[in-house]
Amino acid sequence: MENYIIDIQHLSKSFGDKKVLRDINIKVRKGEFVTLLGPSGCGKTTILRLIAGFLAPNEGTILLDGKDIGNLPPYQRPLNTVFQRYALFPHLDVYDNIAFGLKLKNVPQKDIDAKVRKVLRLVNMEDYEERDVDSLSGGQQQRVAIARALVNKPKVLLLDEPLAALDLKMRKDMQIELKEMHEKLGITFVYVTHDQEEALTLSDTIVVLNEGKIQQVGTPTDIYNEPVNSFVADFIGDSNILDGTMLCDRKVKFIDEEFDCVDEGFGENTPVEVVVRPEDVNIKKDKSKAQFFGTVTSCTFKGVYYQLFINTDKGYELMVQDYHKFEVGDRVGMQITPENIQVMHKERTCNSFKAVVVDSNHLEMLGGVFECCKTDIEPGTKVRAEVDFDKIDLMDHQDEGSAAGQVHSIIYKGNHYHLTILTDKRKHIFVNTNDVWDKRDLVGIRIEPKDIKIVEVNED
Amino acid sequence: MKIKRSSWSLPYFIFLLLFVALPLVLIAVYALQDSSGRFTLDNISRFFSDADALSTFALSLEVAIENTLICLALGYPAAWILANRKYNSSAVTIILFILPMWINALMRTLATAELFNMLGVTLGKGTLLFGMAYDYLPFMVYPIYNILKKIDPSYAEAAEDLGATPLKVFLKVTLPLSAPGIISGVMMVFMPTVSTFAISEFLTNSKIKLFGTIIQENINSSMWNYGAALSLIMLVIIGITTLFDNKSSSAAQEGVI
Repeated sequence: MENYIIDIQHLSKSFGDKKVLRDINIKVRKGEFVTLLGPSGCGKTTILRLIAGFLAPNEGTILLDGKDIGNLPPYQRPLNTVFQRYALFPHLDVYDNIAFGLKLKNVPQKDIDAKVRKVLRLVNMEDYEERDVDSLSGGQQQRVAIARALVNKPKVLLLDEPLAALDLKMRKDMQIELKEMHEKLGITFVYVTHDQEEALTLSDTIVVLNEGKIQQVGTPTDIYNEPVNSFVADFIGDSNILDGTMLCDRKVKFIDEEFDCVDEGFGENTPVEVVVRPEDVNIKKDKSKAQFFGTVTSCTFKGVYYQLFINTDKGYELMVQDYHKFEVGDRVGMQITPENIQVMHKERTCNSFKAVVVDSNHLEMLGGVFECCKTDIEPGTKVRAEVDFDKIDLMDHQDEGSAAGQVHSIIYKGNHYHLTILTDKRKHIFVNTNDVWDKRDLVGIRIEPKDIKIVEVNED
Repeated sequence: MKIKRSSWSLPYFIFLLLFVALPLVLIAVYALQDSSGRFTLDNISRFFSDADALSTFALSLEVAIENTLICLALGYPAAWILANRKYNSSAVTIILFILPMWINALMRTLATAELFNMLGVTLGKGTLLFGMAYDYLPFMVYPIYNILKKIDPSYAEAAEDLGATPLKVFLKVTLPLSAPGIISGVMMVFMPTVSTFAISEFLTNSKIKLFGTIIQENINSSMWNYGAALSLIMLVIIGITTLFDNKSSSAAQEGVI
């Protein structure tokens, strides 16, 4: 069995009645650079704080070198943290900030001097020992914060969005330096960020998180090339996420065209989601080699490549990257190689809600009462109601619907938007619509009575 | 004509001149005159040869220092608890601490004296210190609380992360970072206690005389010149204590609000 320096098992954490982490399992090898990646509020910083010991888990264990550190206070854990806003002690100068941990361990003064000087050289901050931390620039403070953590030779260095406060150029430079430091020192890094590009650049392993759950664990190339679901595909890099059907092994249909692919074992005529990266849609000069055709609707220069939006003849919009310039209105032929089509299981094909029968034609669900078709089921019975994605109407005002919610995420699927609505009761509703909504829009939810299918009666 | 912005400060300037600068000048003028209006340094030198006044002055300083230390010892933990979200999640408690300040200090002191009488406690230095601490504690708690509340909790976390036990976190991070609050609290307690006279009068039945009492007595018995000289000496002493923390005075201001 392999030895892991950090082994997180079944970790759960709630704040009040809000679950922020559910059953998190992460294994980190010695010397690895692991990044916890996700949008804000996904629980990534909470995991870091649980490892550091600033929070106690509700469930689960954290093993460090095989030993449970769950009951150790932060000051007894052989880990050090680089905080998001650095948290350099304002009453101490650079030297004393860095020497803080060493002095606590009663390291002889001569050794402290040597170690501080060495680590300052490592972060390119020689001759700054006497400086006040307030007089340093953001980037310099960042370096001191890293030095302050590294000088203690931690078994694991925890970094909480350390570069978030720096400007773009500085961030890029620091990324390279961090990577070099990691390779030079051989210390295990656990890095938290919401910046997917940063994660792809730095990491050996990326853990993608959303809403307190791990979505995917893998190397940067795995995560980029083979996202397991539409969230990961959407979050990492640009992508075309499309609804499709797996016709049979190695044959998939999407944007109303049939394509060869390399995926097998989905069964026949199975609804799936397909991801095609914009750089993988090839525009063919030789139109006889094209699989399908479309018209360029926009073309923007992005430095190295042009980003195009192309409307296919069958009415789907695709994002395409190409090194050549095209004019709006150009007709182009396109082709996608089988290896570049990533087929994913559809997580769900329709909404399924817990509901309670109110009377012969009303159901209570999602924190509201909905009219439904006539039913013989006894009032008070718990049932399950199914509603197709495209049968949910969203209203501009929350009080126009039977229940209220907020747009939580939006994925464009070529010819429609797939929305996740979070209701006031924290239930998820998935909606397909052609209307344009923005994130955090407040919406009312309305469903036609005939579109609510009562599918399952729970006897208990 | 357009009014210059600086002319807005004119009323304040006049106010300062009339009610701050002029009285100070008057105190100095009176202190350096004898009763017939001739210039003299006798009033000042009289103080340094007046054994009674000197010992009262020493006692005043002693009481003020003791009171300041008592207020600090009681006030710092109180401020720390109040500022700590784990122990105090509402702003109401701090208001309760400040609430006594809404009642006139003289009335509170009188009430305290009555309470001691009722309980049969002999009035003396003990009751004096009690009354002073009671009166001035909020002035210590509030500035320290304000500073502690503003300290980013990530400093304490960073210290703990670097291996500091909770005690070490307090001694090496929280305490030094709250120093401006301590300085401002100490000044707000120390300065008025040096010059107070009402508390000692009521809470010791005038058994213990403080420096403020002597000034008051002199002025009450129309010995304006000597009274003014004593006031001047006290001003200088207080001025020196203020200069003493010149370096962190701007930070201390933040703590006062």
